[in-house]
Amino acid sequence: MALAAASPPGLLPAREQMALSLGFHIILASFGVAFPTIIFLMHRRAIIRDDPTALRLTRRWAKVSGLLFAVGAVSGTVLSFEMGLLWPGLMGRFGDVLGVPFAIEGLSFFVEAIFLGIYLYGWDRLPPRVHLVTIVPMGVAGIVGTFCVTAVNAWMNNPTGFTLRDGVVTDVQPWRAMFNDGVWLEFLHMWVGAFMLVGLVVSGVYAAGMLRGRTDALHRLGFTVPFAVASIATLIQPFVGHMLGLQAGARQPSKLAAFELNPTTEPGPAPLKLGGVLVDGEVRWALPIPKIGSIISRNSWDAPVPGLDTVPVSDQPPVNITHLSFQLMIGIGTLLMVVVVLFWLARRRGRDPLTNRWFLRFSVLAGPLAIIALESGWTATEVGRQPWTVWQVLRTSDAASMSTGLWWSYTGVLVVYLVMSVGATVVLRSMARRWRAGDENLHSAYAPASVATDAQVEFVS
Amino acid sequence: MTLPSLVAAAMFVGVIIYAVCAGADFGSGFYDLTAGAGKSGAELRTLVDHSIGPVWEANHVWLIYILVMWWTGFPKAFAAAMTTLFIPLMLALTGIVLRGSSFALRKYAPTFRQARLFGAVFAGSSLITPFFFGTVVGGIASGRLPASGYGDRVGSWINPTSLVGGCLAVTTCVFLAGIFLTADAARAGDTTLGERLRRRTLAVGALSGVIVFVGLFPVLHDAPRLSRGLLHGGFPLLMVAAIAGATTLIMLYRRSYFLARCFGVAAVTAVVAGWGVGQYPWMLVDQLTIEGAAGAPSTLAALLVVVALAVVLVLPALVYLFRLSQSGQTVPTNRRSLSPTKPLATPLEAR
Repeated sequence: MALAAASPPGLLPAREQMALSLGFHIILASFGVAFPTIIFLMHRRAIIRDDPTALRLTRRWAKVSGLLFAVGAVSGTVLSFEMGLLWPGLMGRFGDVLGVPFAIEGLSFFVEAIFLGIYLYGWDRLPPRVHLVTIVPMGVAGIVGTFCVTAVNAWMNNPTGFTLRDGVVTDVQPWRAMFNDGVWLEFLHMWVGAFMLVGLVVSGVYAAGMLRGRTDALHRLGFTVPFAVASIATLIQPFVGHMLGLQAGARQPSKLAAFELNPTTEPGPAPLKLGGVLVDGEVRWALPIPKIGSIISRNSWDAPVPGLDTVPVSDQPPVNITHLSFQLMIGIGTLLMVVVVLFWLARRRGRDPLTNRWFLRFSVLAGPLAIIALESGWTATEVGRQPWTVWQVLRTSDAASMSTGLWWSYTGVLVVYLVMSVGATVVLRSMARRWRAGDENLHSAYAPASVATDAQVEFVS
Repeated sequence: MTLPSLVAAAMFVGVIIYAVCAGADFGSGFYDLTAGAGKSGAELRTLVDHSIGPVWEANHVWLIYILVMWWTGFPKAFAAAMTTLFIPLMLALTGIVLRGSSFALRKYAPTFRQARLFGAVFAGSSLITPFFFGTVVGGIASGRLPASGYGDRVGSWINPTSLVGGCLAVTTCVFLAGIFLTADAARAGDTTLGERLRRRTLAVGALSGVIVFVGLFPVLHDAPRLSRGLLHGGFPLLMVAAIAGATTLIMLYRRSYFLARCFGVAAVTAVVAGWGVGQYPWMLVDQLTIEGAAGAPSTLAALLVVVALAVVLVLPALVYLFRLSQSGQTVPTNRRSLSPTKPLATPLEAR
């Protein structure tokens, strides 16, 4: 904490506020990225097979997406403002280096918002097949948007496309900055992660319904389609993550050292330390698994794994948060992969896992687990990059706002997000309740007709 | 035109569209808030839902467009504005978050009480957002934002020009929304509602006209550079605004809603453009010019590529969305091309 003395007053609240608003938005952003594709698959099934159950599910999901995307649109706007409000030292100096992908992301956000409007408004107004096709731009916008946002993050990890001469940014090449060396794997990791999260959260909702005895066709289909999508993502993700980890480790040895909880360089073949924390430079309570460390972090049988002693103390990231969140992500990812494999193997053998209560219970948990995995993955890569905002170019203390009083805005954001989460939860649950009660179209509580009826009821009673 | 000026112009087009499109969405909050109880209130609130529901998110994205153009094209000016105007921007942001989320939540709220709560938050936050954006404009235009950032965090937005800007933004939004909602009600065939809205809009329109021209006097003293620009380069635009604004009121009075919309949009466009012309070539008045704030030329060129992409990809889809949302409420008998049975002739498919 010697660093804190010299750092601007805005540093800690800026980091906390950014973490909070990013952590909130990333869940909704995942829905924006992956939910249209899942809705497309369901809607396509409804049209091609003339399946009324699929159509009911599609209509419901469209309503849910309308709500989630609205909250996601505004929580994403918060981040746009916060780039400048909290990180003027980054945006003022490097805005023209990293900005172009943001501009393209803005375009894809446009496309998504417009086609969401068209899709939601197009029910019963557009011919079914045309209506179905209006989802496609949303899915494409999700890909482009994810690519662009992670391009900026990948640039922060692999800064290119400019030259620093005596501290002045010159020779700016925005496209080179956008298509930096880290972008493809980081994009793929995030994009696939979004499908894991959304697929498992949505299927978990129907698993909860089946646990309560609602084992009708609607629940089975509502579970299976998103779960199948999530299954593909869950099986791909470990490979993408492994490649990305190798790349990050090669470029940022201090991040790799923190991932692996190495105070000193481990000669090969290095063990993998499961769990554990670093206390006063000593590894405590870790479960070492011999030889695996070199394979996982270096893709080699006997390569040494670098330790924090290879970088100066002032350049070291907070080790324990980085290590634990990294391993939490991997642990959950591995667990999800195993369960997904077991599910499809059981189905292949003609068994029905959806009648197994333990499987259903796990499926309910799988959604929150996927959220935790995504959040801890971001925590690991962001905290592991510290003390740099732009790797070896700009320190976070130089990027943060120098203003005082940022704790006030942090508190405000915290309160607003809590209220928003409660509101969204209450309304989403009420939607499910009304669907179960047969109010398929969710009649407006304040439409002239319902207001008139309510007034009568009040008058009579 | 230089490269920075081109990018600034492209960004300012976004400001104008945001002011007109999102402004009308924000202004709807006023009518929602004052709709009253009972059936007539319910009719108006449902009209607001229908009117802005399909388009507000797309209109909102113009704000993102402005922000990314700003920080990418003119990073120094962006950082300077953000550090100094932290408070009003944070408050506007709060309004944006509460407006968007509570509008979406109200639509599916299970009970009238919940809908009323979300509705009040939606409507209230719809009004504070334009106010704080107006104060931000006032701070920029009156030369209160030092180029190095971290200026006066209170005086930069609590000052005569900012307060005029805030009030003007709110009344303009409410006026625009009134015109749009009146037209929508009339098209839906609801004459009672349409007449109620028409009367209110006429009152708001007269009020915002008064604010524009009365507000000029404090601005003349408080923001000398802007005033000089307004009275020279911006003068024709102010005249256009005055004439178009008056014509809007006349058209509204005569129930020519289509023309009222056109002139209303023209009036607001002229006011916003007048501000832009008035402070040209400054980005932050008296502190930082457009040229001085500009980022790397390669980046500015890349931004123009993105703008061109937006024109090709986004605008046709946006026009289609507007046409669709305008066509679907009831079957319009007088506009054959927009009938819901044949919505296939879209700009997208024409390509």
